[in-house]
Amino acid sequence: MTLAVFFGCTFIAFGPALGLFVFTIARDPLRIIILIAGAFFWLVSLLLSSLIWFIAVKASDPRDEPLQKGLLIFGVMFSVLLQEAFRFLYYKLLRKAIEGLVALSEDGCSPISIQQMAYVAGVGFGLMSGAFSMINLLADTLGPGTVGIHGDSQLYFLTSAFMTMVLIFLHTFWGILFFHGCEHRRWWEITAVVVMHLAVSGSTFCNPLYVGSLVPSYLLMATAAAWAYLLSGGSAQNLWRFLLCLRSGPSPQPGS
Amino acid sequence: MITFMNNSDSEEEACNERTSLMSAESPPVPSYQDGLQASEAGEAQKRRTGSNRSPNNIADGEMSDSGVPVRESALENEEEELTLKYGAKHVIMLFVPVTLCMIVVVATIKSVRFYTEKNGQLIYTPFSEDTTSVGQRLLNSVLNTIIMISVIVVMTVFLVLLYKYRCYKFIHGWLILSSLMLLFLFTYIYLGEVLKTYNVAMDYPTLFLVIWNFGAVGMICIHWKGPLQLQQAYLIMISALMALVFIKYLPEWSAWVILGAISIYDLMAVLCPKGPLRMLVETAQERNEPIFPALIYSSAMMWTVGMAKPDTAARGLSQQTWDAAEDGRENHRSPSHADSQMSETRSPVPTRPITSLEELEEEERGVKLGLGDFIFYSVLVGKAAATASGDWNTTLACFVAILIGLCLTLLLLAVFKKALPALPISITFGLVFYFSTDNLVRPFMDTLASHQLYI
Repeated sequence: MTLAVFFGCTFIAFGPALGLFVFTIARDPLRIIILIAGAFFWLVSLLLSSLIWFIAVKASDPRDEPLQKGLLIFGVMFSVLLQEAFRFLYYKLLRKAIEGLVALSEDGCSPISIQQMAYVAGVGFGLMSGAFSMINLLADTLGPGTVGIHGDSQLYFLTSAFMTMVLIFLHTFWGILFFHGCEHRRWWEITAVVVMHLAVSGSTFCNPLYVGSLVPSYLLMATAAAWAYLLSGGSAQNLWRFLLCLRSGPSPQPGS
Repeated sequence: MITFMNNSDSEEEACNERTSLMSAESPPVPSYQDGLQASEAGEAQKRRTGSNRSPNNIADGEMSDSGVPVRESALENEEEELTLKYGAKHVIMLFVPVTLCMIVVVATIKSVRFYTEKNGQLIYTPFSEDTTSVGQRLLNSVLNTIIMISVIVVMTVFLVLLYKYRCYKFIHGWLILSSLMLLFLFTYIYLGEVLKTYNVAMDYPTLFLVIWNFGAVGMICIHWKGPLQLQQAYLIMISALMALVFIKYLPEWSAWVILGAISIYDLMAVLCPKGPLRMLVETAQERNEPIFPALIYSSAMMWTVGMAKPDTAARGLSQQTWDAAEDGRENHRSPSHADSQMSETRSPVPTRPITSLEELEEEERGVKLGLGDFIFYSVLVGKAAATASGDWNTTLACFVAILIGLCLTLLLLAVFKKALPALPISITFGLVFYFSTDNLVRPFMDTLASHQLYI
């Protein structure tokens, strides 16, 4: 494996997220803190789910293959549910933070809105999730070896990079959807996010049949993107105007 | 220790080594006294509100009766809001150097083999960990920790005594000697190892030139005056060098136990009334003088404010309190052959803005973090990178944990507004995440990766 693979996979996986970070998050210190705190919450959820899986595995017979496979499936699903639970906890924390910021501000409004926090929290979750999935692989691409020499798929690194990218985007959109659902008490939005997450994780069980995992994930990402865009105040008209580079007049700029 | 930066600790009438942290570019600013006389009522109000935030501010007591309560509370709210608004900025101003230091340490550990080879131990950790039984190894590491912490305590007490009996020259000489060693000897070794790793040849004259320039400019920047960013860069570099020395020479288990013990010690030394640091602070307070500003990382420029006229003693006092505190901690915490190096570095100091020049305060506010904090954070992350079975997830987890700990500490600083220890929360989180990620998360993620599953 070569440097080309390393840089290629790094930029596929993290390039869009880096762009999001540089252009929307890096300027505002408060957003950076929310990002890192989001990453921390995801990390804690991973820790707890690993703990449960570890205990389950240690308590079971290591030679029983179907059981181990079953425990792995259980571990994945439990981890997904725990991640969403921690997303909810993070929402609660950010709500409290907003109240604090409002109370302390001069003009009674917070320097950052809950929608912006939702976006940043989503990026935080996504970045940490992507990093944990991808970093060890990237480190391995710098070393010697041949991909798939024992009969596995030769596209392992490439598909991992694409999967990581789609997961980062999905977490971002899920953050927006989830927080919107919590704000407006729309439980079906929250359920939809959880179901989508379970679906995406479940689809990865098709690997190495990548058409079974990547294609549905990208379709779900497109859906989630459109939904989040509509929830954030976007519309077809806004999009048309943006593409034609028209000034949008009195309506607020997206991404401010 | 973390505190906000003070203005007045930076400069004295006579420029000496102690006023080293002044940026050469700081614009001239009307002195504090002028500002006060300019508008008594308004400024006095603001000053009081500003000083209200300090727990041991004498100005509080003097002027607590006068003034308009409504205006005061409004001003106080404004101050608080400014604090919070700039609170986030302060956090980032500390995130960046801490991250840079950790990146340097992790990059070196992962590429230069020298720093992960076992090549003997420091005399401060005499017990070897090469024993076969777990109990013996644990006992040895605990003994090593006890010795190391005792050395630190002894040196702190020594420093407090030196300070009490006004042996400034001795302290300065000590500081200069230790930074000389860091900037020249350790840099030489580091450069040598990096060149060896990448198989690059360098002749001695070039080497001499490079090291001489690096070291000389470093000494000037750190102990005298220099551009702020260069000074910050040098402080980050010497912290990284020190952390690398620790990572190399501390045996495995001893390193973890020492990290834990030092955060407990930090907590006690900064918060307990009889701690050596506290005593140092009080002594400095009595004498109304700043403590050595070298070896503290400061995140923003400090204004040249005329020091101590008796009537400004109150503000000056509270400010020096922080500096004394940080200096004491810095000087006692040098558990390496570069004696007092890092110890100084451990206490961030809050800077209080000149309330009479509020519009200029924005650039001026900053947070100071002791270099010892940098060093121990980097030791934790570096050890995680060196020993976590080649796993990058552990390093990343420790990194995020330390940043969150720092964030929480700064939040507490904004709430309590007095000098706080920067180590306990971060190191606790770091240790918890290191052990749990290495033992629980790693097998899980490895299994997932082998089946290419995503969660």
